[in-house]
Amino acid sequence: MFYREAGDFKTSYTDDSQTFPIKFDRYRYYVVLAVAFGIVPFIINDYWANALLLPFLIYAIAAIGLNILVGYCGQVSLGTGGFMAVGAYACYKLMTAFPDVSMFIHVLLAGGVTAIVGVLFGLPSLRIKGFYLAVATLAAQFFLVWLFNRVPWFYNYSASGQINAPERDVFGIIITGPNAPAWATYLFCLIFLALCAVLARNLTRGTTGRTWMAIRDMDIAAEIIGVNPLKAKLTAFAVSSFFIGIAGALFFAVYLGAVEVGEVFGIQKSFLVLFMIIIGGLGSIFGSFAGAAFLVLLPVVLKVVGADMLGWPTDIVAHLQLVIVGALIIMFLILEPHGLAQLWRVAKEKLRLWPFPH
Amino acid sequence: MKLKLATVALSAAMAAGPVMADLVFPSLSYRTGPYAAGGIPFADGYADYFTLLNERDGGIGGVPAKVIECETGYNTEKGVECYESTKGEGALVYQPLSTGITYQLIPKTTADGIPMHTMGYGRTSAKNGDVFSHTFNYPANYWDGASGAINYLLEENGGDLSGKKVALVYHNSAYGKEPIRTLEELSAKHGFELVALPVDHPGQEQKSQWLQIRRERPDFVLMWGWGVMNQVAVQEAANIRYPMENFIGIWWSGSENDVLPAGEAANGFKALTFHNVGSDFPLYDDLNKYVVDAGKAAGAGDQVGTVLYNRGLYAAMLAAEAAKKAQEISGNADINASDMRDGMEALEITEAKMAELGLPNFGPAFSVSCENHGGDALVGVTQWDAANKTWSLISEFKSTDGDVIGPLITEDSSAYASENNIGARCN
Repeated sequence: MFYREAGDFKTSYTDDSQTFPIKFDRYRYYVVLAVAFGIVPFIINDYWANALLLPFLIYAIAAIGLNILVGYCGQVSLGTGGFMAVGAYACYKLMTAFPDVSMFIHVLLAGGVTAIVGVLFGLPSLRIKGFYLAVATLAAQFFLVWLFNRVPWFYNYSASGQINAPERDVFGIIITGPNAPAWATYLFCLIFLALCAVLARNLTRGTTGRTWMAIRDMDIAAEIIGVNPLKAKLTAFAVSSFFIGIAGALFFAVYLGAVEVGEVFGIQKSFLVLFMIIIGGLGSIFGSFAGAAFLVLLPVVLKVVGADMLGWPTDIVAHLQLVIVGALIIMFLILEPHGLAQLWRVAKEKLRLWPFPH
Repeated sequence: MKLKLATVALSAAMAAGPVMADLVFPSLSYRTGPYAAGGIPFADGYADYFTLLNERDGGIGGVPAKVIECETGYNTEKGVECYESTKGEGALVYQPLSTGITYQLIPKTTADGIPMHTMGYGRTSAKNGDVFSHTFNYPANYWDGASGAINYLLEENGGDLSGKKVALVYHNSAYGKEPIRTLEELSAKHGFELVALPVDHPGQEQKSQWLQIRRERPDFVLMWGWGVMNQVAVQEAANIRYPMENFIGIWWSGSENDVLPAGEAANGFKALTFHNVGSDFPLYDDLNKYVVDAGKAAGAGDQVGTVLYNRGLYAAMLAAEAAKKAQEISGNADINASDMRDGMEALEITEAKMAELGLPNFGPAFSVSCENHGGDALVGVTQWDAANKTWSLISEFKSTDGDVIGPLITEDSSAYASENNIGARCN
């Protein structure tokens, strides 16, 4: 009824090719932005920021990054944890080497360093595909974690091998360290997420995205019609790693504050982000958000319901959590193999015709 | 979006929860995951002691104690969630039982003004209370452990270790790396050779490390392990027929869980400790009467008297004593986190007090001060008897090499202080 194109006339090509061509969608998007930027920072507290919103925002950035590589360009990667570690350690080295530089620049540079590392590990993708590439990126995962554990230069020769985020600011507002206010850390991550999402959305809609998708759908055909696989695959690795590096830097500096590479950026992190995009929907920006929200919020909700409200023993709740999340993942994959994004798409299609489906 | 709304509703319900009336002791436990075997007995002991106080004495100074458990699974992200969700409930002291979570919480607890007690784990240099105002690690820390082990070996070898080879099998994490610096200093001082062998999380795969031990034939093996890594290491040591009496674990590698799977072969394995073992203490009579037999024991109730249960009990006892001290200082029974911190800093445990609590000789006597948050660093050694399935204390609590550890603590804590612009606090 209200969700329809009728009456929404486009008079220019720019109007016609905008991200949200339907008026209702557009307004919804503006409302979400307005709430996220204008309302949430005023009501947020430590628990909300540190337990729910920061991990959600940061995982969403990582999921967008991985989605570009796996969902749009079809290059399976299991090295996400390792690339996040690159972002985190790059950020740490920059933060400690240049204490007076703004955190914004550090995080962006950390993303840049990760992009270079990503391209390096993306080189084998020119020769190998599918499962073999997954194994090659898996090697990257283990190699990078081993490297950060092994070479003391990366953790500034600290006795324990941990890296700790010192207090750093942006325009005088503390962003990292224990004294950072919840709203500041939240906004800082939100700004990065918004920038990354807009950038990713527009990249995937343009020429670059089309070449990625051509490679994904059939690389030989793409090559014949003039897509340069070298350029397409390496740009996908670069952009994807850039986002993942930003996510890793934020994960370390803003969210956790202290990181031990083997525990935080291990193989399970790679799988977690991969599950996010599979559940959310491959090749969809919205899917990255939905997947991140699903896997970050659901365990917390189950814990709050089980342990805090119903008063069940914590170990039973923790085990139930695994069972329920696992069952839901299987259910989703059976009922909707294309993820939450496809559910959303179907719902929109239905809504467009509602209440007259014929 | 729906999920978000649901969580909004849920946390609103949570925020409107009970008002502060009890003394809240959050227990960031882990009863699941690869380290659960160690987490369960500790959490049970911790909870049971407070249950005992509530049942027998009506709480601490008349105010009931409340233990809020939160499952971390030894995972730092869940640890953050647990910390944030419990700190608003009036938490008095945190004991995360994980070095990784400790590193995260040191700055956070300091900023929030809540003390943290990392008993025998965490950041060793937190002993320097001048820098770490809200972190305590009495009665002993990892560097004391390293020095205690070497002192014990010196004693066994007539005071001379020169030319000997000591291997360190360690969990490749912040926890396992802690002792390396001290052991390096000690190896230079006493002239033994140190071979460090990292084992990656979770530690099920140690074939190559033990192959190396077999090849290099170290005279002694030290181990900094936790969880499943310990069992595997003891088993592997048995497989290569390494003499168990030359194999010494840190206190986190010396519980029943670690040696039982290897059966007879584990006989003679040694571990460091900072508290006594077994259940032959008067307190256990009360514990059985008020908690276990009354069916109020935490968890399955089958851990009573094990090494890690005792450690949880000891941790709870120290927390309760600090709370009593805090009540005494502030003159107020309903203390807050800041009073608790002052109480911990003024804590003094004497032999007489331990006897009065029903735990004579259970732990060393020590005292805490503004400069010294680490106690008097007394370390003992226990040995496993596979036939009787018991640990027994074979070396009394002895002091460690402060000449080596002291400067290292000063160095590490002053590095932390300058990184974080912390000025001297005491005097």
